[in-house]
Amino acid sequence: MQNNIKKPRLFAMLAAGLVAALSLSAHAAPKEHFNVCWTIYAGWMPWEYAGTQGIVDKWAKKYGITINVTQINDYVESINQYTAGQFDGCSMTNMDALTIPAAGGVDSTALIVSDFSNGNDGIVIKGEGKKVSDLKGMKVNLVELSVSHYLLARALDSVDLTEKDLKVVNTSDADISAAFNTDDSKAVTTWNPMLSDIKAKPGVTEVFDSSKIPGEIMDMMVVNTQTLKDNPALGKALTGAWFEVVALMNSKSAASTAALEHMAKASGTDLAGFQSQLDTTKLFATPKEALDFATSAQLPQTMRKVAEFSFQHGLLGEGAKDTSAIGMSFANGVTSGDKNNLKLRFDPSYVQMAAEGKL
Amino acid sequence: MRLINRRPDRASRLILVILPFALLLFAYFMGSATRLTENPNDKLLPSAVQMTDAVKRMAFTEDQRSGGYLLWQDTASSLQRLAIGLGISALLGLCLGIASGILPLFGAPLSPLLTVLSMVPPLAILPILFIVFGLGELSKVMLIVIGITPILARDLEQRAREIPVELLIKAQTLGASTWTLILRVVLPQLLPRLLIALRLVLGSAWLFLIAAEAIASTDGLGYRIFLVRRYLAMDVILPYVVWITLLAWLMDWGLKALTRRAFPWYEGARG
Repeated sequence: MQNNIKKPRLFAMLAAGLVAALSLSAHAAPKEHFNVCWTIYAGWMPWEYAGTQGIVDKWAKKYGITINVTQINDYVESINQYTAGQFDGCSMTNMDALTIPAAGGVDSTALIVSDFSNGNDGIVIKGEGKKVSDLKGMKVNLVELSVSHYLLARALDSVDLTEKDLKVVNTSDADISAAFNTDDSKAVTTWNPMLSDIKAKPGVTEVFDSSKIPGEIMDMMVVNTQTLKDNPALGKALTGAWFEVVALMNSKSAASTAALEHMAKASGTDLAGFQSQLDTTKLFATPKEALDFATSAQLPQTMRKVAEFSFQHGLLGEGAKDTSAIGMSFANGVTSGDKNNLKLRFDPSYVQMAAEGKL
Repeated sequence: MRLINRRPDRASRLILVILPFALLLFAYFMGSATRLTENPNDKLLPSAVQMTDAVKRMAFTEDQRSGGYLLWQDTASSLQRLAIGLGISALLGLCLGIASGILPLFGAPLSPLLTVLSMVPPLAILPILFIVFGLGELSKVMLIVIGITPILARDLEQRAREIPVELLIKAQTLGASTWTLILRVVLPQLLPRLLIALRLVLGSAWLFLIAAEAIASTDGLGYRIFLVRRYLAMDVILPYVVWITLLAWLMDWGLKALTRRAFPWYEGARG
């Protein structure tokens, strides 16, 4: 009998424990410690430098907070972790910011639009002298629903083809180089560093790359809107640290070479390799450049294109009725989509502070 | 009474069986409800309604782009790969196991080789597998075959060695050739053991199947899971996981039933 009395209490305890373990919710109270994540990519290597060389710490200290910068090995997983609330901020592209956190109801702010891909993403076909129109009827290996997929759709637009005219084969980014070595694979769409590896093979043609759609594939630091609102110090510290590293990279001194070498090593290549990846990345060198891009009229237009693509591929969620399901806001009060459901905000005010030297 | 001697009666056994499942479900839905009240669009722990909608969409609504029913298409292609992979592995494993377990001349080179091969993690040598087997169906099936054949072969080799040597000698005094001996004595002894070994490697086979589909594919259960993971569609992933678990459990149960039916003497002999 004694057992029967004990059971409910045990049950309640177990249940409470499991509930506590499963509810990973992060509460948005003012706090002093923050976590941000990033993944290896040419345009994000400054985060590595800022994190390991104490630059983030220095800026965080200035604003009386601490920021933990964590490198995640799997890009999608890093965004998922951010969306689930494990991180206050994370590096991601504009399209993934819209389709993962924003579509998942996590109000997110693009704190720094730090670069855009200017040849870092490309489409490669086996054979000499190929054109985009040769993609018709082919199988194309790519990471489905990623920026590669978007790039392919934009390339097909340019020659009046649609996705129905070819077949996409979802291929993991880690294995795409190896996949292109096989006879089955005739065409791929991918990004650097895999792209430079694939382009370097003999007898292949790069038929399209992101420099033909400049400014459409952007890399950003995205932070949780509520957290940023409650703690402007986080935005200030991250923005300050970022532009300090970028300025160092562009200072053309012994220190800049050392910094670039450090980043090259951390991304698993050498200085020349890293430099060639940076050449196809339009990294905004000054806060002013970044600000001009973030306040341009082109940005809302680009995001509408991205929203259109995402909607057509069902990435805005099943509840989405049309491309405007998820609202986006931009500089100067411009909005796009549902104003009552603003989930992705381009807020250049912190970059502006940096440009005005107020950080 | 000592704990070791206390046995649950029928009713409490049923409760004890259900309890852990109920606890897990309860904890899940509590967590899900908490997160959904905070953010109604949360995707990490979807509610039962959201998952039911997703199942309706995946299983009972025609896909706009391909015009098929995704869940069934995925299931059909995955099961086909799995069946071919398991079939080839079973046949290969049986042949290798018998050869190395019964014939010392074959056992000498095969046995150490199988031991070493079974330790190679197939996922680590994927690029080589791509070059050799391409990116199509063959490479997916081969990943399963390479992953589980050495394990099956080693198990069967061990079982073949366990056959009492008296049996083999007796058959020979009755005039059996090597071939007859294998066909009439060894094979019947090993077949039920093969089915049991297959049941044990089912988990690994599913693992390799899903890994293969995640790498380069256009359909399949693993493909779908890794695709929708890109936008954190847990409302699709969780039902898929439940479905895979159910399929795996059914296959396990099917193999068990087959063992009982086809080799009733096997379990009987073990008491």
